[in-house]
Amino acid sequence: MSAILIIEQVLNGLQFGVMLFLMAAGLTLIFGVMGLINLAHGSLYMVGAFAAAAVAGATGSFVLALIAALAAAACAGTIVEIVVIRRLYRAAHLDQVLATFALILIFSEGTRWVFGSFPLFLDIPDYLSGPIALPGGIEYPLYRLALIGAGVLVAVELWWLTSRTRIGIQIRAGENDREMIAALGVDISRLYTLVFAMGAALAGLAGALVGAIQSVQVGMGEPVLILAFVVIVIGGIGSIKGAFIGSLLVGLTDTLGGVFLPELFKVFMDVGAATQTGSALASMAVYILMSVVLIWRPTGLFGMRA
Amino acid sequence: MIGERYINGLVLAGFLAVPIWALAMDEPFTITLATRASVLAMAAVGLNIALGIGGLVSLGHAVFFGLGGYAMGILAHHAQTHAALDLGFLAIEGSRSMPVIWITAVTVSALAALLIGLLSLRTTGVYFIMITLAFGQMFFFFSISWSAYGGEDGLSIYVRNGFPGLDTLVPIQFFGLCFTALCAALLLHWRLRASPFGMALNAARQVPRRVETVGLNPMRLKLLAFVVSGAVTGLAGALFADLNRFVSPTMFSWQLSGELIVLIIIGGVGRLMGPVIGAALFVALEHFLGGLTDFWHVWLGAILLLIVLFARGGLIGILTGKDGPRV
Amino acid sequence: MKLKSLALSVTLAALAGTASADTKIGMITTLSGGGAGLGIDVRDGFMLAVKQSGRDDIEVVIEDDQRKPDIAVQLADKMIQSEKVDIMTGIIWSNLAMAVVPSAVSQGVFYLSPNAGPSALAGEGCHRNYFNVAWQNDNLHEAAGAYANGVGYGNSFILAPNYPAGKDALTGYKRFFEGELAGEVYTQLGQTDYAAEIAQIRASGADSVFFFLPGGMGISFLKQYADSGVDLPVVGPAFSFDQGILQAVGGAALGVVNTSQWNKDIDNATNAAFVESFEAEYGRLPSLYASQGFDTANLILSALDRAGVDDADAFRAALRAAEFDSTRGDFAFGPNHHPVQTIYAREVVQEGDVFTNRILGVALENHSDAYAGDCEM
Repeated sequence: MSAILIIEQVLNGLQFGVMLFLMAAGLTLIFGVMGLINLAHGSLYMVGAFAAAAVAGATGSFVLALIAALAAAACAGTIVEIVVIRRLYRAAHLDQVLATFALILIFSEGTRWVFGSFPLFLDIPDYLSGPIALPGGIEYPLYRLALIGAGVLVAVELWWLTSRTRIGIQIRAGENDREMIAALGVDISRLYTLVFAMGAALAGLAGALVGAIQSVQVGMGEPVLILAFVVIVIGGIGSIKGAFIGSLLVGLTDTLGGVFLPELFKVFMDVGAATQTGSALASMAVYILMSVVLIWRPTGLFGMRA
Repeated sequence: MIGERYINGLVLAGFLAVPIWALAMDEPFTITLATRASVLAMAAVGLNIALGIGGLVSLGHAVFFGLGGYAMGILAHHAQTHAALDLGFLAIEGSRSMPVIWITAVTVSALAALLIGLLSLRTTGVYFIMITLAFGQMFFFFSISWSAYGGEDGLSIYVRNGFPGLDTLVPIQFFGLCFTALCAALLLHWRLRASPFGMALNAARQVPRRVETVGLNPMRLKLLAFVVSGAVTGLAGALFADLNRFVSPTMFSWQLSGELIVLIIIGGVGRLMGPVIGAALFVALEHFLGGLTDFWHVWLGAILLLIVLFARGGLIGILTGKDGPRV
Repeated sequence: MKLKSLALSVTLAALAGTASADTKIGMITTLSGGGAGLGIDVRDGFMLAVKQSGRDDIEVVIEDDQRKPDIAVQLADKMIQSEKVDIMTGIIWSNLAMAVVPSAVSQGVFYLSPNAGPSALAGEGCHRNYFNVAWQNDNLHEAAGAYANGVGYGNSFILAPNYPAGKDALTGYKRFFEGELAGEVYTQLGQTDYAAEIAQIRASGADSVFFFLPGGMGISFLKQYADSGVDLPVVGPAFSFDQGILQAVGGAALGVVNTSQWNKDIDNATNAAFVESFEAEYGRLPSLYASQGFDTANLILSALDRAGVDDADAFRAALRAAEFDSTRGDFAFGPNHHPVQTIYAREVVQEGDVFTNRILGVALENHSDAYAGDCEM
């Protein structure tokens, strides 16, 4: 196995990781600030992808498609927050799980009602397609590099937003003591709607960006949702930093596990059995990582609450 | 408002009446539906021991359901192919006898619950939900790629396993068996809740520190509840597999864990009969809505949403006018 | 709207049927959730043939299995116990077929598979009441191996998801492919990112790629492969290139060779009429799955013309004879009731705005399957 291949796989893992971060950031903020478990976050990812595919199909512009994805997901998020989620902040976790599970059903079948049962088409724009040569003779798809860039950019902006702006201070204060900041005159329900819409927009953006290299179809959000939960639990719920590090860990574990575990088993097994056992173990790797982290640190790497 | 005790009696009576009516009207499929509802109810009753009394929201109970199912599948598969299960140091004959399968299912799932409980109970709240989910996903992916027992295709058992003195292929007799098992699980839940153990467990859910100060170990209480809970769900899994004469990795899926929780919430969390009402309603909705429109999930979602938003305490909560315990 | 009116006509047929129907067909297929597109195509193809036959003595009961084995089993129980159907059909997925078919046929019902063909039902587990009208699961992969030999590939990189059908696919390809293997990879079921596998392909020194990734997995792989700059030729079975999926893959699939027992340009009158009437009825081009549903219905209709379903032996013989006009041209059953048929190599092309397939040539002529010898009926 050559060094070039290893570097390329690490890049792949990073790219997968930063896309997970876009999902996980919203999820962890929503949980940290409002104490809400939002299973419907994956549906907002799907909404973003479908909106992008529809607009790209109509206008042919990828930038417009991304804007549409952001807007559609933010709108869907706002509506859902006002109609349903708002009533759940004080409810038990169980009720939240059930209600947002119900939202998944409504979103998925509703989307199928509108767009039909067949996957939609969404492609990378010409100016981002094809591979480029990196130093050291590595050929790597430009679009994936752009994804890494976009993800890191969002991470930096989020960090800036939460630590350097007024809204960020309110958000962090809301995590710690919601009565107090309400008493200080912050319109808490507007803040909640804003945070929810922001999380939704990030999920929608991730859906559109990833939709261009994957398949835009009903149910696309659920596998990502589970992984995003794994990420925020590993990182510690409510922590943006934790979500970032958790995303990279999960992205790298999943990608590198899939490549290297079968190779590892080939050392002491025959090829056919090794590929099968290795792949089986690779598909469990992320969950093994998560349970090990939780057994070691029961509130995740950067979690605060006991 | 109606007392919970009357509701409980009515529900059980209704559960018995439907299949008997179906038998009289010669509608065997209705009996199959009632059997499905009672098996799902039993799985949720198992979960309700951990969730309702102990406050342990497990999103991984499909593990035990699936283990029970595969206990049936693997034993019956070996009996069907007349090849002993060779573990290297020990060769196990397959079996087509339900009692043997049940004992295996209960033992295996109790052991798994002990192990998973030991590791997971170090965490609480959302972390507990997620770590149980992680164990569920591990079993799910493992079973998909385990080709010796069919992988994703699952295992088909051509004839339902036998129970001494019964013809299990007759729908009403198999229903009787499943319904009896459900009643036994309900009895267990009821006795547990009223026992000193149940009281201590309930207290450990609400104020763990006080339980500790009276010299009880809340961790051990919770672990025991988790093991009993897993064992009951495991037995339900074995029955479910026999109902379908088929096991597959979907029995391990997180959607199934989620459905079990849904059943409990529909009926009412922490209520003895909550899962039974929930399962009956769920199976009925699945059957009737599914017959009306391809897009029945939308309506199912809307109904669930209405229940959460406007019927805190589930259906039993509406009927009795009292909220259930918070979890 | 088209779908709704069809559903309505089915219900009407059902209502009318209570008076006059003497043959009841139960169709269990996937109509909601992931993979619904395949089930809808099979259903539409099937119902088109029933409608064209103009017969009013056939009642079709259609149920949605949601791609869940336990639901499928429950529906099968319902159809056999309550609806008392004579013939069953419709299942898309091998794992669902394995859950339903053995117990259904052992209860005396006929089952005709419009899509799945698991090896367990083709060999020792074959049954006199089970007929497969599509293919044995290995067939299209074997044809891909044969095609790869024909065009002189000597070193293939092969990949499929880590589940039974995936293993069958790679086994099927290797059974016919005579060259070396540059790599053999099992991916996760439902995987959406193939960057890691594509990097392995790039590093492997292969001269060709064979993949079996049905549904959304194939869309993701093809888009990412096209963008990666790896330009090795790709072969695969038709499942990632059917009419429903191609539009979502777009230009990334152009020129890719895939193997199929059917295509819309197979030159016979039945096929031409089928393609035209399907497009007129539903406003889209038919897929391979639609053709399989159409053929299944026509096979049943042809058998019903010769024998009533009450006379099981005569009806079975009539099915066995397969005297119907197939969209594939010649169609015959082997000793295990699986098709013996020609499998073509197709190429993805663009016709106006629409991506579709064009036949390149024959990959395997009159091909049966590897399990027929193990079948004793």
